[in-house]
Amino acid sequence: MEKLLELCNISKSFNKELVLDEFNLYVKRNEFVTLLGPSGCGKTTALRIIGGFEKPDRGSVFFEGKDITDLAPHKRNLNTVFQKYALFPHMNVEENIAFGLKIKNKSKQYIEDKIKYALKLVNLDGYGKRSVDAMSGGQQQRVAIARAIVNEPQMLLLDEPLAALDLKLGQDMQYELIRLKNELGITFLYVTHDQEEALTISDTIVVMNQGYIQQIGTPESIYNEPENAFVADFIGDSNIIDGTMIEDKLVKFLGVKFECVDVGFGSNKPVDVVLRPEDVILVDPQDSELKGVVTSLIFKGVHYEMDVMANGYELLVHSTKMLPVGTQVGVCVDPENIQIMNKPASEDEEVASLED
Amino acid sequence: MKIKLSKKWLASPYVIWMIGFIILPLITIFIYGFTVSKTDSSFTLDNIINAAKDEVNLKAMGLSLLISLISTVICFLLAYPLAMCLNNLKMKRKTFVVFLFILPMWLNFTLQMTAINAILEQEGILNLILTKLGMDPLHIANTPYAIVIGMILDYFPFMLLPIYNVISRIDHRLIEASRDLGANNFKTFFKIIFPLSLPGVISGVTMVFVPAISDFAIAEILGGGRLLLVGNIIEQDFKLGKYNTGSGLALILMAFVLITMALTSGKSDKEGGSML
Ligand SMILES: Nc1ncnc2c1ncn2[C@@H]1O[C@H](COP(=O)(O)OP(=O)(O)O)[C@@H](O)[C@H]1O
Ligand SMILES: [Mg+2]
Repeated sequence: MEKLLELCNISKSFNKELVLDEFNLYVKRNEFVTLLGPSGCGKTTALRIIGGFEKPDRGSVFFEGKDITDLAPHKRNLNTVFQKYALFPHMNVEENIAFGLKIKNKSKQYIEDKIKYALKLVNLDGYGKRSVDAMSGGQQQRVAIARAIVNEPQMLLLDEPLAALDLKLGQDMQYELIRLKNELGITFLYVTHDQEEALTISDTIVVMNQGYIQQIGTPESIYNEPENAFVADFIGDSNIIDGTMIEDKLVKFLGVKFECVDVGFGSNKPVDVVLRPEDVILVDPQDSELKGVVTSLIFKGVHYEMDVMANGYELLVHSTKMLPVGTQVGVCVDPENIQIMNKPASEDEEVASLED
Repeated sequence: MKIKLSKKWLASPYVIWMIGFIILPLITIFIYGFTVSKTDSSFTLDNIINAAKDEVNLKAMGLSLLISLISTVICFLLAYPLAMCLNNLKMKRKTFVVFLFILPMWLNFTLQMTAINAILEQEGILNLILTKLGMDPLHIANTPYAIVIGMILDYFPFMLLPIYNVISRIDHRLIEASRDLGANNFKTFFKIIFPLSLPGVISGVTMVFVPAISDFAIAEILGGGRLLLVGNIIEQDFKLGKYNTGSGLALILMAFVLITMALTSGKSDKEGGSML
């Protein structure tokens, strides 16, 4: 598929502090790409460079094959949904939505039709005459989206659009966004620090840390095969344990040897072992070499969350089985659920080694 | 209970001030304005009707209105772009620069006027420079132009500050959103920045226009005593002991001011103004 947007070697610093370093990324047409990373890692800066609100110190931005690095924001065929919506307070909902169309001198009829269509699309039928101040966060959010999409941009940039909404509303809006993407055929570049949100809505996730890309992949691959400890830790709860790769398909951690499926790490090499909490299986103590004791138990609705102390490491375990605190257990993991990662030699390498 | 009492007492100087210098004079003006003379206290509308019919008064009213309108408009045209520039300054000590512009506000009024006179006068600094440059001297002193210049210089900070305040508070993301939606700088100004700054503009206009239309001191010093604004006539009437006619005219002027205030109140920027 065609690359709609491409960032080439973008570097940007503020007050000599490097925010993006040699940043490379492309987005294909009709893709839903999410930049995911902790707050302060440079996501907004990347989005602002694409929108034209910041100039990169080095590097280029290509859009539909053309270099737009120096193009003014109003000449770019993309629209942004800003983090705090940035609705115009002196205009009502309709006027906000019509803003871009009026600028482009569209006919009255066209604008009216578009407003109607957009209000329907974001489930705000009949709200056209409302003042934007009189609307809830979720409604303002949807007005902001309507205001952007009536311009039929090639690409929509969204900066943490759901961050200000409460949990339930945020989840509903996630499905709305997926529906919009499918109905409109617009390419989405989405920014969030919420990993669950990213996993739900994205075709492709770009995990970032401190201005560097850590991993790019589908939600499944990011979740199941994190490439380093940062990604594993950031995407969902996980147990990251020091281990030793004895030989191909055999790893030792917490003093016990486990079968696994990874090969090519060499023999007797120190590695990081990632275990997702839902992949840890608790059995009778005599059925496993690794033994532990339940030290805490919390009911989480779908499952129980337990801490299991095993050979000096506190394992996080999700299970539908309830085991009271103090229960002696054995710990098992299926070979394919053991994720092995190379240990970075130093912190710097951890960040830099993934920038290839 | 004790605290409440002492708080009330603390406010008493202001209450006395208000009664003595605002309420009582107002009542006096109303009484004088609607009575025949000091000795004959029967009700009459003659003071107001005569004041409105008198040709000298009408001329003075026209001139007051014209001069204050022109001063207000020029103040606005100068202050708005300056406020925009000040807001765009990338400096850390922005407020200090703004402060420099409003500093003249605290200069002694007479000193200010004398200085302006020294510049504008027939043999003043302005004409000295003009003749040195080989140009004809200008006859500005003692003309309406001098009054307008004086008003602009005197009232400029009152226009600048509310406008600057309101512009500096405009959320920058709104401007970015406008650009994002396809508006260039020009359209962004007229569709976003200007409408959002209107409360400040209205405050500024009120704060310049109201004192300008009731002014007499600037006109007296810079108009050479020859030009009569409404304020000068009222002052003269009172000096000559014509309290009733003077009050009648004062009431007409007050109506002007009240109408202006009524038109602008609610839309003006209260926060910005309060910084003055
Ligand atoms: N205009 C700016 N001036 C100075 N520093 C900035 C500016 N914008 C962003 N930064 C800094 O750049 C870093 C990345 O910010 P940002 O891109 O907003 O991160 P994110 O959106 O991932 O939270 C932060 O350390 C932030 O303080
Ligand atoms: Mg951000």
